[in-house]
Amino acid sequence: MYEMLQIYWWIVVSLLGGLLVFMMFVQGGQTLLECVTKNELEKDMIINSVGKKWELTFTTLVMFGGACFAAFPLFYATSFGGAYWVWLAILFCFIIQAVAYEYRKKPDNFLGQKTYEVFLFINGSLGVVLIGVAVSTFFSGSEFLLNEHNFVEWKSPFRGLEALANPLNYLLGIALFFQARVGGNLYLINNIDDSELRAKFRASLKKNAMFFVPFLVAFLLWIVLKDGYHVGDGGVVEMLKHKYLLNLLQMPLVFLMLLCGVVLALFGIYKGAFTASIKGIFPYGVGVVLVVMSVFLVVGLNDTAFYPSFYDLQSSLTIKNASSSLYTLKVMAFVSLLVPFVLAYIIYVWRLMDKRKLSADEVENDEHIY
Amino acid sequence: MESFVSVDYSRAQFALTALYHFLFVPLTLGLSFMIAFMESIYVATGNQQWKRITKFWLRLFAVNFAIGVATGIIMEFEFGTNWANYSWFVGDIFGAPLAIEGILAFFLEATFFAVMFFGWDRVSKRFHLLSTWLVAIGSNLSALWILIANGWMQYPVGTTFNPNTVRNEMSDFFEVALSPVGISKFIHTVGGGYVTSALFVLGISAFFMLKNRHFDMAKKSFIVAASFGVLSSLFVLFSGDESAYQVAQKQPMKLAAMEGLYKGEVNAGIVTMGILNPDKKIGDDKEPFLIKFEAPYALGIMATRGLNNFTPGIDDLVYGNAKFSVPSAQSRIDSGKIAINALSEFKKAKEAKDELAMQKAEQILQENMSNFGYGYLDKPESIVPPVALTFYSFHIMVALGSYFIVLFFVTLFLSMANDIERFKKILWLCVFSLPLGYVACEAGWIVAEVGRQPWAIQGLMPVGIAATNLASVNVAISFTLFAVLFTVLFIAEVKIMLKQIKIGF
Repeated sequence: MYEMLQIYWWIVVSLLGGLLVFMMFVQGGQTLLECVTKNELEKDMIINSVGKKWELTFTTLVMFGGACFAAFPLFYATSFGGAYWVWLAILFCFIIQAVAYEYRKKPDNFLGQKTYEVFLFINGSLGVVLIGVAVSTFFSGSEFLLNEHNFVEWKSPFRGLEALANPLNYLLGIALFFQARVGGNLYLINNIDDSELRAKFRASLKKNAMFFVPFLVAFLLWIVLKDGYHVGDGGVVEMLKHKYLLNLLQMPLVFLMLLCGVVLALFGIYKGAFTASIKGIFPYGVGVVLVVMSVFLVVGLNDTAFYPSFYDLQSSLTIKNASSSLYTLKVMAFVSLLVPFVLAYIIYVWRLMDKRKLSADEVENDEHIY
Repeated sequence: MESFVSVDYSRAQFALTALYHFLFVPLTLGLSFMIAFMESIYVATGNQQWKRITKFWLRLFAVNFAIGVATGIIMEFEFGTNWANYSWFVGDIFGAPLAIEGILAFFLEATFFAVMFFGWDRVSKRFHLLSTWLVAIGSNLSALWILIANGWMQYPVGTTFNPNTVRNEMSDFFEVALSPVGISKFIHTVGGGYVTSALFVLGISAFFMLKNRHFDMAKKSFIVAASFGVLSSLFVLFSGDESAYQVAQKQPMKLAAMEGLYKGEVNAGIVTMGILNPDKKIGDDKEPFLIKFEAPYALGIMATRGLNNFTPGIDDLVYGNAKFSVPSAQSRIDSGKIAINALSEFKKAKEAKDELAMQKAEQILQENMSNFGYGYLDKPESIVPPVALTFYSFHIMVALGSYFIVLFFVTLFLSMANDIERFKKILWLCVFSLPLGYVACEAGWIVAEVGRQPWAIQGLMPVGIAATNLASVNVAISFTLFAVLFTVLFIAEVKIMLKQIKIGF
């Protein structure tokens, strides 16, 4: 029972991770402001299109943190407290996003419109890359020790920033950055009713996909080729050759999920870039969620340490040693039954609000715009 | 010394975030409801003026909401970044309300805020109104869960310590969720938010009336605010009494500090106003006050809900009072050290696979568990929070709260009698009272959080143990970065807000 719930909660965390990465089309859209637009109106249209969704992405990030806290508190304590500066840097990137939409065009906004646009760019670029680097340490490991009270002692004085010194961690960071831009283009193609802008988004989509796909492939190759942190008999953590490849082979469902995800994402990109369809975002979105989920499942399930320490292998975190008690996981499992209901109303409202696409006329004349 | 400085920075950083965050939360809590009332009137009557009124306040709401979200995310993650040991020690209990807050409340707020803001021409009138109500409910629901979590830190219930995992684990979710401290905290805090919002709307409406701009709409808003203010200020009064009773029962040291009560008394009186004697030390015979005005019996009745009962003072709680069976802090420190020692004995026995010794150690541990956190304190006086800060904050909050009740009753009466505009001085008073709601809210949080020092979790974990093991230079830098960033954004918010008010309805 306990083990089942731990797996269940790792799947929930993986799903939230997948949704978060998909929702990063907001961040991607933010980085397109300067590259795609030629005038203020077009910029406003992008802002008002992704601006209707930024809070959902933000909330998904908060929820991801909350779920980790509730289900795997030792991970929450170890990673956030240990890799202090990486997480704080990510947080700073999100604080500045939260005010940017609302304040950008308001009169007397103190910092000037340009500053808020820079905030949006930082959030969409640095914020996304750093999240990728932080998640990449799930595979590359970190330098920490857990003491007898399970309190974390981080061994690098750079408190998490040392992850930036490992070039391999950038593979995921950069892949995620271009993924967000691809998602941003696909979302904007769908959401904005303007043929000229749509053509630009399609062109931009092609360019960004050309970077996204190789970096994603490189990241996947890196993890299937590298040694991984295996939990052996008696919970002893040891290095195992091709651990993550083995995980994929030993969990064919997850492998299938990864393949389906990649195919769907590519199909979405194809629809967006090479056809007149505006619906590429849907297969792409499902594909991204599946790929991210399968990556999380590979690093967390099948006797794998999902937050490893290369300083002290036995301090590594697994879904067993990092999880909440059986009782809490049970209570939270009941609460998680609300997730489909929440997803249902989000989808309902989303459809209702986006039935009519955003037009230049609305952005020019409505008083309630960003 | 190193860790002492680091924990101080972490505390300062958390206090800074919390104080900034609570500059924006009260308005979200209360203004959302007032906007929902206004829009309900619009939908019911079809009167376009009410639509304009709703949209005006909604614009101000949105400016405030954005920065509330920005500061809110930091609070959640700071539990991990700055209070990692705390997060592990009680994450099993504390994480759950936070996650529930996310699932139940945040998505509701985020999803329907977009409808409320952008949906005027995209959804039906009724669906828009429903969305506005759901934003109000969502923001108040999120306050519920975070205050349950906070209430649990003040009064940890529904938990047992597991020596195998070296942490507290939840044993009864409903005990946590329905904790009387959590519930009374929630009611008092959201009530404070409603009062602050009512003062906000009252003050701005009064300003427009004085300038004779948008007079009709300002007066309508004024009446909504005064009515909402009357109800919510009474709500705050009664929930405040309940909160104080809960503090007296669960955190007697905090109550003693709030009242500057050093020597416990039977039928103690409440100091309604007073100036503390700065030379007063714990345990000496100096008078605690230079000047004081006291309401006899009141503290005893409030704290014990009866007559002839003893209310312990700071000295009683530090040095013990045998006559009234108050244990000394030293005896609790000794008991705490026994618990900590038993925990390490348990571990040794576990490694040696000695079942009998494990059982024995666990029994000693559980017998002394209620004093576990005291074992980390170095001297009995450590259990005393900063008295002056707690005392003055509490009295400022109560004085302002009492003033608000009078203000709301007077303004409601005069505006219903239809000639409030003749009373220019009262209208100016409303304008100048606008910031006072914020002062009262912040003072309330200072009482709640400074008054419970040195505890991160009452009796179980002092702040020094709860903090992440970080070199102080890290937290000094992050504190400075937060201070600069929040201040810059706050200035931007205030400037935008003032401009939007100037633009008018």
